[in-house]
Amino acid sequence: MHLKYESIIREPLVDGNKTYHQITEDICAPIEREPSKLWRLGFLMSLSLLGFGAFSIVWEVYWGTGVWNLNKTIGWGWDITNFVWWVGIGHAGTLISAILLLFRQGWRTGVNRAAEAMTIFAVMCAGQFPIWHMGRVWDAFFVLPYGNTRGPLWPNFISPLLWDVFAISTYFTVSLLFWYSGLIPDFATLRDRAQTKFRKMAYGYASFGWAGSAKHWQRHEMLSLVLAGLSTPLVLSVHTIVSFDFATSIVPGWHTTIFPPYFVAGAVFSGFAMVQTLLILTRKILKLEEYITLGHIEAMNKVIVLTGSIVGVAYLTELFIAYYSGVIWEQEAFRLRVLGPYWWAYWGMMLCNVVSPQLFWFKKLRRNVWFTFFMSIIVNIGMWFERFVIIMSLHRDYLPSSWSYYTPSWTEVAFYLGSFGLFFTCYFLFAKYFPVIAIAEIKFILKTSGDNYKKDMEKYEHQENEVFLAEQSHHH
Amino acid sequence: MSIKKFAVAVYDDEAVLFPAVKKVRSAGYKIHDVYTPFAVHGLDVALGQKESDLHIAGFIYGITGTCTALGFMGWIFTTDWPQNFGGKPHFPLPAFIPITFELTVLFAAVGMVLTFCYLNQIMPGVKKHIFHPRQTDDKFVMVIEVNDTNEAETLAMLQSTGAELTETQIAESDWWYGRFDKKEDYEIQQQLA
Repeated sequence: MHLKYESIIREPLVDGNKTYHQITEDICAPIEREPSKLWRLGFLMSLSLLGFGAFSIVWEVYWGTGVWNLNKTIGWGWDITNFVWWVGIGHAGTLISAILLLFRQGWRTGVNRAAEAMTIFAVMCAGQFPIWHMGRVWDAFFVLPYGNTRGPLWPNFISPLLWDVFAISTYFTVSLLFWYSGLIPDFATLRDRAQTKFRKMAYGYASFGWAGSAKHWQRHEMLSLVLAGLSTPLVLSVHTIVSFDFATSIVPGWHTTIFPPYFVAGAVFSGFAMVQTLLILTRKILKLEEYITLGHIEAMNKVIVLTGSIVGVAYLTELFIAYYSGVIWEQEAFRLRVLGPYWWAYWGMMLCNVVSPQLFWFKKLRRNVWFTFFMSIIVNIGMWFERFVIIMSLHRDYLPSSWSYYTPSWTEVAFYLGSFGLFFTCYFLFAKYFPVIAIAEIKFILKTSGDNYKKDMEKYEHQENEVFLAEQSHHH
Repeated sequence: MSIKKFAVAVYDDEAVLFPAVKKVRSAGYKIHDVYTPFAVHGLDVALGQKESDLHIAGFIYGITGTCTALGFMGWIFTTDWPQNFGGKPHFPLPAFIPITFELTVLFAAVGMVLTFCYLNQIMPGVKKHIFHPRQTDDKFVMVIEVNDTNEAETLAMLQSTGAELTETQIAESDWWYGRFDKKEDYEIQQQLA
C-alpha cells in the first residue's frame, strides 16, 4: 500500500533530491533570513506608492468625486475599469486552489499559496474603487441591509450593484478562510522551528495551536475539499455578477448575454498572467525554482492560451452579433469601439489579448521564463484595455451634445498607482513572513511527483500488469 | 486539564508508520494520537477513525444561508417595505438568486471553518503539547498513554515497530491557553526533577 505510482512520462513537480525535511528548510529559509536589500527597496517603493494613492484618496474625499474627470456620459471611468481588472486578477488564485483541487491537479500545490494570496490582495484593491467612488464614503454602510430610521428603507436587492456588494464580500471572506485554513499547519511548522522568542510567539498565535493530529488532518482534508467545492461555483458567480453590472443595463454594447462567460474567461486569463508575473519573480528571488518548475509555468501558459482564445472568440462573436442583430445602436457602438476615438484601446486589447498569447502554442516559448514574464505583463495590459474599451462605450450616448472624450485626472491615475502600492505592500509582507509555498501540500505530493522518487518508478514502468498486480497485492 | 504520562515513538517515514500502527493496534494498545507533518492518506482508516461529518455540517449551514437570504429579501419586498421597481413583481425569484447563492456559500464556509476550529479545539492563544519539535516538519509521532506498570512494556513494543526514537513524556493531554515561547509550570518542574 506504500507504492505511490505515477507514470514517469509525467514531469516531476519537485526537482532536486528532496526529503521532507529539505522541503521545510527550503521554504522556511527566506522567512528566517534577514530581509534582503532588494526586499527592503521593493517594500519601501510599494509603501510610497500606497502613500501616494492614499493622498489622492484624501484629495478626492475632501474635494468630492468632481476631481475625477467623470462627465455626463462617462459616469464610470478608470475607477470601474480598475475595479473589474483587479477582481478579474483575483480569479486565478481561486481557480488554482479550488478548481484544480477538484480536478486533482498535482501541480497546483507549488503555486496555490501565492496565487491565493494574490486573490486576496487583488480583491482588497478592487474593493477600494467602488467604495471611494461613492463620494460620501462615510455613508458607505448604506449598502448594507440594516435596520435604519429611514422607513426602514432597505437596499434594492434586485440591483446588480448590490449583488456585487454581496458577491465581492463573500468572495473575499471565503478566499481568506480557504487560504488561512491551509496556512495553519504551515505556521505550526514555522513555530516549531522558530529560534527567537518573538517568532515562536507570533507563529504560535498564527498557527492556532495546531499540532498535526491525525483526526485533525482528516477534518482538514474534508474542509479543504468542501471549501474547494464551494469556491468553484463562487468564483464563477463573482465575475458573472460583475458582468451583470453591465449586461443588465440597456446600454448598447453592454446589454449582451455573452458577458458572464466572457468575463469569467477574461478574469482567469488576466489572473494567470498576474500569477506568472509574481511567481517568476518570487521563484527567482527566493530561489524556489525546484518547486515552481518550468512545468508549472508551462501548465499556466496553457491556461493562458486557452482562456485568451476564448476571449478572442467572444470579441469576434460580439462584433458578429452586433452586425446580425440589425440594431443600429448596437452596430454603432461596436463601430465606435473599433474605429471611434478610442480605437487605440480596442486594437491594443486585440493585439495583447488575442494575437500575442497565440505564441504560446509553441512549446519553446511556453517554457521560456523571460518570454512568459514579458507576455504576462502584455496580457494584463490587454485585459485592462478590455475593461476600458467596454466602459468607454459610454462616451457617445443618444444625444450628440453630450458626446465627450474622457481622459483621467491625476487623482484617478494616482488612485490606480496606489492600488498597486497596496497590492505589492501586501505581497512583499506575504513573501517575507508567510510560507509562499504550501509546505504540507508539497510533502504530500513528494513521493508521487518528486524527481528523486520518480526515478524509483522506472522499474515498474515496463513491468507486465499481472506481475505488477501480483507483487503489489502481496504487500497487503 | 490533566497531566498524563505518554509513551512516544518517533518514525521518520510514513511507510514505517503504517505497519507500526497496525502492529500496535492489533497488540491491543489504545493509540492516544498520531501526529504527522502533512495529511497522510489512509492513516485515519488505519487508526480506525470514522469519516468526518464536517461536510454534513457544511450542508446545514449552507441551507441556513439559502433560507436566510430568500426569507429576508422576500419579507422585505413583500411585507415590510414593498417598493415598485419599474413595475417588477414583489417577489422576483430569479433576481434573488445571486444574493441567495452568495449567502449560501458564505454561511457554509464560515460555519464550516468555525466548526472545524471548534472540533479541533484550535484558535489563536491555544497551546498544545508538542511531543517532538519536528512532528510538524518531517517526523511521524505515535503517542500511547501509559502508567507506571505498563510503561516499560509499551516502550519495548514501540521499539520493535521500527521507531527511530522512543521515550516517555509527562505532558498535558488537552489544550490550554498559553504562549509557545513560554515554558509551562509542569514542564519547568519536570526539568528540575
